[in-house]
Amino acid sequence: MLEIIRMQVNGKPVELAVDPRESLLDTLRDRLGLTSVKRGCEVGECGACTVLVDGHAVDSCIYLTLWADGRRVLTTEGLLGPNGELSPIQQAFIEEAAVQCGFCTPGLIMTAVELVGTGRRYTRQELRKLISGHLCRCTGYQNILNAMERIVEEAYQAAQRGEPWGPL
Amino acid sequence: MYDLERIYRAKGVADAIAALERDPRAVVICGGSDVLIRIREGKLAGRPLVSIHGLPELSEIRLEPDGTLVIGPAVPFAQVTGHPLIQRLVPALGEAVDQAGGPQLRNVGTIGGNVCNGATSADSAPTLLTLNAVVELTGPQGVRRAPLAEFYLGPGRVDLHPAELCTAIRIARADYEGFFGHYIKYAQRNAMDIATLGCAVHVKLNPEKTAVEALRLAFGVAAPTPIRCHGAEAQAADHRLDGVLLDLVGNAAAAEVNPRTSWRASREFRLQLVRELSRRALAEAVRRAGGVLDA
Repeated sequence: MLEIIRMQVNGKPVELAVDPRESLLDTLRDRLGLTSVKRGCEVGECGACTVLVDGHAVDSCIYLTLWADGRRVLTTEGLLGPNGELSPIQQAFIEEAAVQCGFCTPGLIMTAVELVGTGRRYTRQELRKLISGHLCRCTGYQNILNAMERIVEEAYQAAQRGEPWGPL
Repeated sequence: MYDLERIYRAKGVADAIAALERDPRAVVICGGSDVLIRIREGKLAGRPLVSIHGLPELSEIRLEPDGTLVIGPAVPFAQVTGHPLIQRLVPALGEAVDQAGGPQLRNVGTIGGNVCNGATSADSAPTLLTLNAVVELTGPQGVRRAPLAEFYLGPGRVDLHPAELCTAIRIARADYEGFFGHYIKYAQRNAMDIATLGCAVHVKLNPEKTAVEALRLAFGVAAPTPIRCHGAEAQAADHRLDGVLLDLVGNAAAAEVNPRTSWRASREFRLQLVRELSRRALAEAVRRAGGVLDA
């Protein structure tokens, strides 16, 4: 038995029929084709399926799609610029070589988007804790932290100058 | 896709209770970070669910006119930590729940779920016990209140009657005013792990800040349920702030708890942790209260 839900996905209103047993991960990947959302552990431990729901980073594998009814969902696809350009966050991940196999990358980028959205400044120690919900088996995290540190600092500086920054 | 029979999205507390009465097999689900995992593991597979996810009437933190702090059970950990009333009145509670799981989990997992699943490892539980928290339970017969210490019945078991919901966690003014707290979680890793042992302290010093006026000490994973150590607390009362106090409290606590050997740690190691973490947590709480040890 399907249920109709309405949500905003990457800025666009979406109305669709979903199975009440679906996780948000199932819906985003299999119904909406948003394959940046990775199917990893499926028990909320690896962070590869991280998306933003109303601005908060959640593991979409342990979030029922029904709960997203009436909410805003953002995935990495939603960061795409009007002419297909990358967001500054994605660019920083490339320039800091924070990517190897890429499986954890979309989730980490969404956590970066959440942090940038707070307009706060974070120490490297705080950032270590704030990315602890993501497992990366390639990089050893140092380059990821370099990218994160750069992104939050740039966003903070831009906010201090009153300039718009970033993808949102 | 989750193996659940059906899910009913409750429109409010009364609606959720009515749904639970209609369907005695139904499981209450709120943040989902525990129930969904247990469905995946098969332990709760195939059951009907009643969802109270994000119900506004269960999602606020407020202060009553007499100073009682009321925490909605559906408030996620991250919002507990970030809330101005928590930061001002019971900062140790915000710090404790900031150690559960990881950041994404703390955006969904709720303080009420942490209490109601009855886990002895719940990161909120020791601190709530040291604050004499009272759970408000609403069911078909109306509203009742129970001290959290009496709410825990056994491993994974709490005193929720059929079709009853936890609708608030209450902390009276006298239980937080003048108290300073600290929670230490010992785990195998710094994130995404379940406590091997958790230790919470709240302490109130005498006006001269030279002695303990009142100590409250509680542990997670030191017994089948979270446990208060009233014997150790009594020995600390009126004691001056010195190394003897720390020894006294650590040893008294170790005599009161009853940890088990599990794959995470042996009973002996947990007893060692009880002694050591109570010393460290008490020392930090005393520091926060403005006291100086060995003065």
